[in-house]
Amino acid sequence: MSGLLSPRAWNKIWTYRGTFLLGFANTLKTALVALLIALVLGIVFGLMATSGKKGLRTISRIYVEVIQNTPILLQMCFLYYALAFSGHSPGIIVTGFLALGIYTGAYMAEVIRAGIESVPKGQFEAAQAQGFGYAERMFYIIIPQSIKVILPPMTNVIVNMIKNTSCLYIVGGADLLSLTYSFVTGENTGGSYAPAYIVCGVIFFLICFPLSTFASMWESSLKKRDSKVFQNGRPKEA
Amino acid sequence: MAMIKLENVNKNFGDLHVLKDVNLEVEEGEKLVIIGPSGSGKSTTVRCMNFLEVPSSGHVYINGTELTTKNKTKVIRDNTSMVFQQFNLYPHMTVLKNLTIGPIKLQHKPKKEAEELAYHYLDIVGLKDKADVYPTTLSGGQQQRIAIARALCSQSKIILFDEPTSALDPETIQEVLDVMIKLAKESITMVVVTHEMGFAKQVADRVIFMEDGQIIESGTPEHFFNNPESERVKQFLGKIIR
Repeated sequence: MSGLLSPRAWNKIWTYRGTFLLGFANTLKTALVALLIALVLGIVFGLMATSGKKGLRTISRIYVEVIQNTPILLQMCFLYYALAFSGHSPGIIVTGFLALGIYTGAYMAEVIRAGIESVPKGQFEAAQAQGFGYAERMFYIIIPQSIKVILPPMTNVIVNMIKNTSCLYIVGGADLLSLTYSFVTGENTGGSYAPAYIVCGVIFFLICFPLSTFASMWESSLKKRDSKVFQNGRPKEA
Repeated sequence: MAMIKLENVNKNFGDLHVLKDVNLEVEEGEKLVIIGPSGSGKSTTVRCMNFLEVPSSGHVYINGTELTTKNKTKVIRDNTSMVFQQFNLYPHMTVLKNLTIGPIKLQHKPKKEAEELAYHYLDIVGLKDKADVYPTTLSGGQQQRIAIARALCSQSKIILFDEPTSALDPETIQEVLDVMIKLAKESITMVVVTHEMGFAKQVADRVIFMEDGQIIESGTPEHFFNNPESERVKQFLGKIIR
């Protein structure tokens, strides 16, 4: 294990801590922008997937299946190199935003679709029979009921997205993992493999662990509350 | 002018022809009860009246306006309410919120006025003390009375009832029927799909019997329960009235 027990190697990490902090900042920034893109895509395609119109459902299905059934590395390469060769190179940073956003959006769309479908059909009908239009129906009646089904798995999707920023390595990104790699292979900084990757891992863990713990605690507390509030049973489906 | 008019309404679910050329007019203030065996198209008929089911062919007129997929939201909002078999109260809102969300968001009433209205109708259905609880903590009969109060809060001219007592415990059916009987004294147009013959006898201006997607017989309750014409109706009533 190269450098694991070497004080010199650990010292080097401390000296170059700025590199890791930069990687940390870049990863967070990429994740935040990609999250916004993913949320927009997820809401649009998630709503399309629950639409009464077959054409919209099909478009949403194609997006989700294509993205979920091809590797994210391929999608990043495709975006970066294909666009670069066609003369529209969006640059590494924008590639990161777009590729992660589009990839995560497909998972968001599935989470949102499942959330909306968890609301009994009678709720849609009651709202429709009262004269709520589509947007009002979703906003006042359906989304508030599906949010508790949506949020816990959505947090998991976000955790995965943060980890997936490391895939930007393939196009030479400036995310945490890519910078760590440059660090350990660098001319002046190279060699401290074990300490560098441990630090990188610890940083990822410190971002992701609280989020996923929060998600699972939230999920179980919602379940507990539900079993109390809904002890008389939700309206059965006819 | 008829409040509700169905003209040659057909409905297909895949290969299933559920409504066959149904023609029906309901006058303003009329209490119409629809009876018939299950699968006869009763529910589909009332659900066509507010386009929860869009007819495969034919025309539906509400208060003189033909319902289309374009204008349905507005026409429904302005004219009809519905009470469902499964109540379909909004579980994430208190009873009061269930009753006021429509008037506030759809009829754009001030909150205070909507709440006064809600308390007024809660009083009518005898559940004024339940305003601040969540619907799922209530019994089926109470939930259905709340659902009726919600329908009343929109102050529509028409209330459609789709088997309002079919999901209830026998013990709580009467409390819901009592509320409906009380309502029947008002000028609201009521269309009620039900198996409650006692209710039909007591409040209906007219009863129609449906079978196999068609209206087989139509008449006053007296006509129906004393000397129905068709053998099928006699047979059906014989089975459910003991």
